[in-house]
Amino acid sequence: MAQEFQDKKDKIIIENLDLYISKAHILKNINTTIPEKKITVILGPSGCGKTTLLKSLNRLTDLYPEVDITGKIMMNGHDMLHPDVDITELRRNMGLLSQRPMPLPMSIFKNIAFGLKISGRRNRLFLKKRVEHYLMQANLWDEVKDRLHSPAAKLSIGQQQRLCLARGLAVDPEIILADEPTSALDPLSSKAIEEKFLELKNSYTIVVVTHSLRQAKRIADNVIFMYLGEIVEQGSAKEFFENPQNERTKEYLSGVFN
Amino acid sequence: MSFIKQIIPSKSLIRKSEEGIFKGIMYISVSIIFFLLIAIIYGIISKGLPALSWEMISSVPEGGFYFGKGGGILNAIVGSIYLALGSTAIALVIGLPVALYMNIHLVNRTKFVNSIRFLLDLLWGVPSIVYGVFAFSIMLYIGARVSLLAGMITVALFILPVIIRTIDEAMKSVPRDLLEVSLSLGSTKTETAYRIFVRQCMPAIVTATILAFGRAIGDAAAVILTTGFTDSIPTSLFQPTATLSLSVFFQLSSPVEEVKARAYASAALLTIIVLIISLSARYFSSRYNKSRIK
Repeated sequence: MAQEFQDKKDKIIIENLDLYISKAHILKNINTTIPEKKITVILGPSGCGKTTLLKSLNRLTDLYPEVDITGKIMMNGHDMLHPDVDITELRRNMGLLSQRPMPLPMSIFKNIAFGLKISGRRNRLFLKKRVEHYLMQANLWDEVKDRLHSPAAKLSIGQQQRLCLARGLAVDPEIILADEPTSALDPLSSKAIEEKFLELKNSYTIVVVTHSLRQAKRIADNVIFMYLGEIVEQGSAKEFFENPQNERTKEYLSGVFN
Repeated sequence: MSFIKQIIPSKSLIRKSEEGIFKGIMYISVSIIFFLLIAIIYGIISKGLPALSWEMISSVPEGGFYFGKGGGILNAIVGSIYLALGSTAIALVIGLPVALYMNIHLVNRTKFVNSIRFLLDLLWGVPSIVYGVFAFSIMLYIGARVSLLAGMITVALFILPVIIRTIDEAMKSVPRDLLEVSLSLGSTKTETAYRIFVRQCMPAIVTATILAFGRAIGDAAAVILTTGFTDSIPTSLFQPTATLSLSVFFQLSSPVEEVKARAYASAALLTIIVLIISLSARYFSSRYNKSRIK
């Protein structure tokens, strides 16, 4: 195990992860690694446990009733499931993009500044500069620079998702978790998010849950294919799409089931 | 095709009459509500307005007030406002954290939270006189006298379930994703509670406060046992206090016609106070409504 930590290419190592929700076995013996500064796509049909796997990474699964989780999720050499882990810091380290864009109930400016403010950065000029920086990074600055103080809820869905991305980046995470981040968006907005991911992977480790095979092909470096709570096949995107080993993967790729 | 033509008219006839019947029921219900509201307001205003004078709202009762002598009900106006504001403030300070805690910190303890909800619903249904009797028995036990403070605490107790459950219902419908993204930004559960949920649920918090205030200012049963009644304006929390609803009651039970008219004037004042509070609260909550996530 110690050797695996030294392998810097793996950001997260999951070992023997089992997750039950009120006795239903949702994740079954998950063993996988998530490489650093790459896009890992968790692929699979609806209800296969991919969102649950994503949310167990930053322990949002703690919020579900009657969850029982065993195994290890190692990050930077620490077991994230250990009760002593500083869960606030753990979560801050992983930005989350939800399926439906979920801005906070406040202005555009405050949405971005929120994370900075709660970590104690209150200097106005500093906040202003950071907000501008991250809005630019999410390609949103030009569209909202004249209405920074109007409610974020008034933005279009596509703009909201980019705002959520900017907000997540503003707290300086190492990892970005995205749960079907484009499923509610129009094609153009989806494209903008995908392109942003490809750009961001130079500095961030990105994990994207999707059920869209095409999206996976466009952005994935590494694929984890799940079916009914189990990992069926995993590996580099090239291997996975060009030379799948498992029968079920082959069926899925050829569109037999979705 | 001819077969379809035959079927559609008869089916649409049933549906049409169904639509008509339900529309009719709706119109009748709405008219009843409107009629009641207008009748109540007309009754109070028409009987109360002639008796309403500056003297009435600016002075305390003189000797023999309840038999037609001069004076006013300033003691009851001030007393009711003190009592309602104080008890609503106490209930909000206690109730808001409870609602937040139930929906954020205990988000994974569904069964426990549901049993709290059940208990609160039971408490909501308990008549205020029961709270009054309960508080009165405690006051007897510790040897406390009727006072503004005792009334505030008692009224706070019985509006507490109203505040908690009204806010709680709104918080239940906050999308789970909002909680998750807020936590993912590195905020603690408490920060999420007070910075995100309170904003998102501000209209509900205002509604809960108005509801509670309305019950507090209108209550007579719990108040008669705990705050008493007096002709002077209280100058400390430990003095007994008059309230508008009891003032209405005492004046209405007078045999003197003038005094009865003043009872209607008092009732009109009570209604106007509640109206002012509701309108201003709505105005302030609309500011937050714009940034709510739908």
